[in-house]
Amino acid sequence: MEYKLPQTILEKLLGIALSRGGNFAEIYIEHTVLNTIALEEDKIKEDSSGVIQGVGIRVIAGEKTGYAYSDDFSYENLEKAAKTAALIADSPKRDIGPVNVSKIQHEGPSYYLVRIPPDAVEVKKKSDLLWRANTTAKAYDLRIIQVMASFVDITKDLIIVNSDGLWAEDKQTICRLNVTALAEDKGIRQRGYYGGGGLVGFDFYTTFTPETVAREAARQAIMQLTAAEAPAGIQTVVLNHGWSGVLLHEAVGHGLEGDFIRKKTSFYTGKIGQKVASELCTVVDDATLAGKRGSIHIDDEGIPGQRKVLIEKGILKDYMYDRLNAGLMKHPLTGNGRRESFRHIPMPRMTNTFMIAGEDDPEDIIRSVQKGFYAKTLGGGQVDITSGNFVFQVSEGYLIEGGHITRPVRGATLIGNGPEVLTRVTMVGNDLEFDTGIGTCGKNGQSKPVGVGLPTVKISEMTVGGTAMQPWAVNLDGKVENYP
Amino acid sequence: MDYKHLAQDLVAQAQKLGATESEVYLQYRDRFEVNIRQGDIETLTRAASKGLGLRLFVEGRLGFGYTSDFSPDTLENLVKKTLALARESTPDEYHGLPQEKVSELPELNLFDPHLAEVEDETKINMARDMEKAAFAYDARINNTEESRYGDHIGTVIIANSRGLLSSYTTTSAGLSCTTVAEEQGRKQVGWWWSHKRFFKDLASPESIGKKAAHRTVRMLNARKVKTQKVPVVFDPQAGASFWQAIFGALNGDAVYKKASFLAGKLGDKVASDWVTLIDDGTLPGGLGSRPFDGEGVPTRRKIVLEKGILKTYFYDTYTARKVGASPTGNAVRDYSSTPIIGPTNFFLQTGPHTPEEIIASVKNGLYLVWMMGMGANPVTGDYSRGAYGIWIENGELAYPVHEITVAGNMEEMMKNITMVGNDLEFMGAIASPTFKVAEMTISGR
Repeated sequence: MEYKLPQTILEKLLGIALSRGGNFAEIYIEHTVLNTIALEEDKIKEDSSGVIQGVGIRVIAGEKTGYAYSDDFSYENLEKAAKTAALIADSPKRDIGPVNVSKIQHEGPSYYLVRIPPDAVEVKKKSDLLWRANTTAKAYDLRIIQVMASFVDITKDLIIVNSDGLWAEDKQTICRLNVTALAEDKGIRQRGYYGGGGLVGFDFYTTFTPETVAREAARQAIMQLTAAEAPAGIQTVVLNHGWSGVLLHEAVGHGLEGDFIRKKTSFYTGKIGQKVASELCTVVDDATLAGKRGSIHIDDEGIPGQRKVLIEKGILKDYMYDRLNAGLMKHPLTGNGRRESFRHIPMPRMTNTFMIAGEDDPEDIIRSVQKGFYAKTLGGGQVDITSGNFVFQVSEGYLIEGGHITRPVRGATLIGNGPEVLTRVTMVGNDLEFDTGIGTCGKNGQSKPVGVGLPTVKISEMTVGGTAMQPWAVNLDGKVENYP
Repeated sequence: MDYKHLAQDLVAQAQKLGATESEVYLQYRDRFEVNIRQGDIETLTRAASKGLGLRLFVEGRLGFGYTSDFSPDTLENLVKKTLALARESTPDEYHGLPQEKVSELPELNLFDPHLAEVEDETKINMARDMEKAAFAYDARINNTEESRYGDHIGTVIIANSRGLLSSYTTTSAGLSCTTVAEEQGRKQVGWWWSHKRFFKDLASPESIGKKAAHRTVRMLNARKVKTQKVPVVFDPQAGASFWQAIFGALNGDAVYKKASFLAGKLGDKVASDWVTLIDDGTLPGGLGSRPFDGEGVPTRRKIVLEKGILKTYFYDTYTARKVGASPTGNAVRDYSSTPIIGPTNFFLQTGPHTPEEIIASVKNGLYLVWMMGMGANPVTGDYSRGAYGIWIENGELAYPVHEITVAGNMEEMMKNITMVGNDLEFMGAIASPTFKVAEMTISGR
């Protein structure tokens, strides 16, 4: 069924959506093609393709939102959805007639690096990437016993119209290559993962090669085979640049989302202008970075993606908003209104969140630590935005001893308090790097691709949750304290 | 439209165009949800949705396609495209549809015929009353994140080229309340919920609101404790979260790939005598119950660990064939994905102790209430997660703790379970009574 509805129908539906007195109505149309190909055990195990399309109709009346959606594009069903969403406003029925909309276009250079649209690439070329990854990972070391590789591409066409007269369209193409390697030696098994992509085309993988990805996944798995138990207790922590930016995402990013601010459930509520981090920290959310996984020409409310400084030299500057929360807080729109699909109501979400580079040489940062923990590769994280407590998994960690990275340790979780951890940043490297395009953020049951970035960063103290009781740990004053 | 016919026709079409075997998994559902905040409706969502997934095999090659659009042109293209995809994959002798077939569907009490009759106003008022009760419980509850009522009515239809055509309809209704307490500038969040197949079985809004408020207030002014090794008492929610991680290591897919610390341990003692784990897809009214799984294999009751001895892993058709076992009825899926292995109603069998006795047995330790993060590695068994709880001193709950981690090795933890409670209650598909792990590492100050 054709998802590109004619302008007259869209305008009529907006009129119906406002017929009970809502102040704002919006139609979100989505057509998404998702292709997956997966290799396991030297076989292309899965080869799949799907199409999801539908319409979400939203009506805002004051602080209330009415929402209805339909995967059926018949006028009858769309009218029903518009009427259902309209019911949130409880004024008597009125006929306001059609609402006029006019198209806006993204101006300036594209943030998307799509030369070869992946949906049009023949399956064989995609499976070639996987076979190459498979061969490379297996050849890396005899102890690699399993390789799992997959390539996923998503092409999402969006049309967003609203009662303010906006009509925005976008095509968001996301590619992602994943490789997991499993290593086994003397009964010990370990797993390594690497991957990447973003708002890129299939051409991205001529430079970000499956060989690079496979070698890194295999290296992590092999390295972990000899890893000892992670230490337990407070440590000085050095975070590797790149994907470790997930720390910012969890520790501060979510707490700066406008819904939590309006509801006053975030720790950061009412703290604009206050010092919330060390002066070495400047944190930015930027939807305009070429090809990054969180980049967007428009958000899921049709508002252009933007660059926003959230924290500048430690001072809290701004929050991230969607339309509802910006309206209620009388704040300009920031282009952070995002939703998973037409089945979901938008909410404030991050795009690409990173810390700008500092002045320290990353090697000097390591050298400055007598005893500590080096988090080379992180796994996922989670935050409780009310208390600010967050955790994340370390998938590749090392001890730092006498200014050198020494033994690998496994199975560690880092736990901290967001507002505290950024005040404890004592060194920031000159080596800002972004993640390779692997991040998916979950909030209230909605998943969204995001990017993160970080230079090498030293945090004077953080709790490392391992199992090994260390004979030493560094406390706040840098003194060595013995645990029983 | 008659969706059963549509599913059957699509299977026939796929067979005609060259599939060796094919299957259609079709779902449609109606959903309602309302969020109340500070007495007013914040969001109200109502929708109907549908979709179907076509899984087919061409001489052992798998192709999969899905769509939410059922127009004839789209479906015809779906069949052609999915066949083309199958031809690009590698033949695998273990691929194929299950031999097992549901004959007569058991009555599992999964459908509430009266749910559709409940007025929106009633549902909205329940969410309102729940929030009111939370505010009334304690003056320090000064905010709510949400007070929500939601329900669904959904139907699954499966048809395949082995002649299977079956369907079932389920309902569920849920209330959940998330409250925020504040004292001396420090904020704390907490929540409680009730989720049932039948509307009439929901806990009262007042009791949920009160319990959410109680669980929030008791965590105010949480402290960070020293790094130490102590006994840890898992409350039923923390317990369920632990068994979910264990499920990941019992997943037949992880097991045959050796991506599980429990691989190769069938018949071994991997937990203490207190640990009997059951997965039962046929529990009447269970949130994880269904007459057949995502491939049409009948669900059943299985003892997974019996007094600590590993009896079975979980298999779908593919993994079962791979290792020469039978599928366990644990294929779970959505129309937009191929089956994966998941729990039905997965739980730890009750033990003899009251939760109070378990707490009283601990001189110095942690009563674990909630965990954060994904620090459970099924490959190595490493377990390390952010923790919230209440410190136990001399057998009594003393003060709340946070910003700590609990860590251990999952197999050692199971072997160290020394007490199991009698308080099993299903709040979801995975459930646990209170239990005690004799020793874990707490990382804190």
